[in-house]
Amino acid sequence: MGTHVIKMPDIGEGIAEVELSVWHVKVGDMVVEDQVLADVMTDKAMVDIPSPVHGRVIALGGEPGEVMAVGSELIRIEVEGAGNLKESAQPAPAAATQAAPQTPKPTPVATPEPVVENTTAPRCAPQAPVARDPEERPLASPAVRKHALDLGIQLRLVQGSGPAGRILHEDLEAYLAQGPSTQAKGGSGYAERHDEQQIPVIGMRRKIAQRMQEATQRAAHFSYVEEIDVTALEELRVHLNEKHGASRGKLTLLPFLVRALVVALRDFPQMNARYDDEAQVIHRSGAVHVGVATQSDVGLMVPVVRHAEARSLWDSAAEISRLATAARNGKASRDELSGSTITLTSLGALGGIVSTPVLNLPEVAIVGVNKIVERPMVIKGQIVIRKMMNLSSSFDHRVVDGMDAAQFIQALRGLLEQPATLFVE
Amino acid sequence: MQILNTTLLIIGGGPGGYVAAIRAGQLGIPTILVEGQALGGTCLNIGCIPSKALIHVAEQFHQTQHHSQGSALGITVSAPSLDIGKSVEWKDGIVDRLTTGVAALLKKHKVQVIHGWAKMVDGKTVDVGDTRIQCEHLLLATGSKSVDLPMLPIGGPIISSTEALAPTSVPKHLVVVGGGYIGLELGIAYRKLGAEVSVVEAQERILPAYDGELTQPVHEALKQLGVKLYLKHSVEGFDAQASTLQVRDPNGETLNLDTDRVLVAVGRKPNTQGWNLEALDLAMNGSAVKIDNRCQTSMRNVWAIGDLSGEPMLAHRAMAQGEMVAELIAGQHREFNPTAIAAVCFTDPELVVVGKTPDDAKAAGLDCIVSSFPFAANGRAMTLESKSGFVRVVARRDNHLIVGWQAVGVGVSELSTAFGQSLEMGARLEDIAGTIHAHPTLGEAVQEAALRALGHALHL
Repeated sequence: MGTHVIKMPDIGEGIAEVELSVWHVKVGDMVVEDQVLADVMTDKAMVDIPSPVHGRVIALGGEPGEVMAVGSELIRIEVEGAGNLKESAQPAPAAATQAAPQTPKPTPVATPEPVVENTTAPRCAPQAPVARDPEERPLASPAVRKHALDLGIQLRLVQGSGPAGRILHEDLEAYLAQGPSTQAKGGSGYAERHDEQQIPVIGMRRKIAQRMQEATQRAAHFSYVEEIDVTALEELRVHLNEKHGASRGKLTLLPFLVRALVVALRDFPQMNARYDDEAQVIHRSGAVHVGVATQSDVGLMVPVVRHAEARSLWDSAAEISRLATAARNGKASRDELSGSTITLTSLGALGGIVSTPVLNLPEVAIVGVNKIVERPMVIKGQIVIRKMMNLSSSFDHRVVDGMDAAQFIQALRGLLEQPATLFVE
Repeated sequence: MQILNTTLLIIGGGPGGYVAAIRAGQLGIPTILVEGQALGGTCLNIGCIPSKALIHVAEQFHQTQHHSQGSALGITVSAPSLDIGKSVEWKDGIVDRLTTGVAALLKKHKVQVIHGWAKMVDGKTVDVGDTRIQCEHLLLATGSKSVDLPMLPIGGPIISSTEALAPTSVPKHLVVVGGGYIGLELGIAYRKLGAEVSVVEAQERILPAYDGELTQPVHEALKQLGVKLYLKHSVEGFDAQASTLQVRDPNGETLNLDTDRVLVAVGRKPNTQGWNLEALDLAMNGSAVKIDNRCQTSMRNVWAIGDLSGEPMLAHRAMAQGEMVAELIAGQHREFNPTAIAAVCFTDPELVVVGKTPDDAKAAGLDCIVSSFPFAANGRAMTLESKSGFVRVVARRDNHLIVGWQAVGVGVSELSTAFGQSLEMGARLEDIAGTIHAHPTLGEAVQEAALRALGHALHL
């Protein structure tokens, strides 16, 4: 029997540390070769860590949410044969994990009672809240139930410390002691709630939080909203879908917007740029790599349609659809999630009237798409029903001036309102 | 017209109404109670109490007869005779003592009792004769009535439980229509008093509200007593000339049952007719007045308790509701939230159900241990000449929380106390198994059922 130590692998691109997102195994589990042990998160992508060996898990190197240095010990697996850990190093797992200090797993049984021989001490205060099925009747004696009603306490919310979770008089006292005012007020019949859930901000969420905070702290955001008459564009889109939908795939509005960006950016290269504020350099990009903000179960992701300038309408559509699916399934690779030069964000039917998108730093422009609605518009003195859509865009005022931004959006508007111009070279 | 004003007006002086009145009096709420007949309602006058009195008479008579025929106990007596008139007098004496007691309690708590029939005017106004009573809170507690069968109108030889509890003679042959607890309690009593008794029940077993395992000992006892059962039979009519009851058997053929009395005991319905309840236009729940968990009806400050508010139609439920409503009116925070309400059948053997049966637990999606302990292995039961029956416990498999108790056997009605307490206190199997139960008592079977559920019954 030997011990095989797996270290946090180098994910690439000079990443020094990664966040451990989730364990797929626990101590004592048998694992086979290629079985996924854990997911780790780099600044954008989720990466699976497979097992290179067959054996039994004997130690985990960290807790989910912990940021670990590349090269630090991730997991120990007991294997047939020698393993990769030298015998001399065996008794020192702590030494081997110095790079990433190991938090000992909390052992609930070992927690000493804070108060000894004091029956009036709150009984349930030190316990973690145990979820009770909302349908489940709280277990309590008639006297406790009556007392709870007198105190205006909802037994549903009280932690029971008795056998089988029975709520005792002491639990009511503990509940009263911990809460502010739990007295029932008025006679509305609606209960006040005093429960609270703690959701650790880890993994994807933490990443998003960091990036959003950074973006709003560093960039000088300003937003500009313009309304676009998309009646003609919608007619074209519907027509193309009727004609080619079956063979080439359905078009949404997004590929048209991508195309409009590509054409407009020829005249506004300052929008298709990445601003390195530390080096004080703006990198204008020839290639148009369009980030498409996509909601996934774990949070916002921005997969990138690369070289949009070289793609046809249907090509863009297929790529957007492929990337969105990959992002939602957590299968998007790191490359697919980075390197954009400008970003599109759309909430589709939930698009609202106006939004103030946050820049995808270090980019300098983001174009937000609001919903399409039919509105009465005045054209040549006549009220006509038109399909209208707002574009809400944000720019980094450090390097983009208001006039440029407005002209860029007007250019986009012109292209979208006269869709033929999208394709006239 | 005389006009009275009060805070609380209670309609009906049965167990729900009079308990509400007593509690309201204790809490200092000015209270008027209206009762058209005798205080105590169905329960004290024509229900629970008289039926238990008659069952006791029947049992004593039956035992004496048993001894006169050479019982194993070595007692020799001559054949007993029965003066049913005197029996009824004795029973009436008990009822009088109890109703007088209720009246005294109401007086003690300064409740004004008005005798007469109430007619609803609106949610705050009720007329009784030429007296108009105005109130802030109106508590409806009018109870229930026997369900009639259209082809068997009550009168002459066709009687309801009310008449059956005040007999002037014991019929030679009694047919009981309905194999529920009322029909069986009275049917067994009449059998023990010497009548030939037949029970006609439309369903395939007696006591169809309970499971087959539980009712089996009662079924056996009926056979031994010589009560004839016509299960899956339905009543077609009564021929007064020939004095026969026509019933249809499961094959669709009509039988004529000779009988000189027919007891209709097919259930009870909320008493909603004849007192202008319609004037309040309350939301209904089927034939019952709809209430929430504070016994509030759909009209503010109009409350309903007991049988009027539907199943389970049990006096002890009505009493608990009455007490609660008085406390709510006094401004206390209350809700009706019992874990279980015991149901008892005073058949021979008796049957008691508290909390969830194995079927209920299954329907509620609970994974449960079901365990029973037979009285055949209980010493006290043997000394009571009782061998049949058992105690059964239903407990959650995960945490051993007891969710239900059932028992069938001689004297098990008194076990309902222990069952109710164990459920309300949230006892686990270990709690009951770890409680020393006195020897020799029937209660030992309770402990043994819990022990058996834990896998280590001692006497089995």
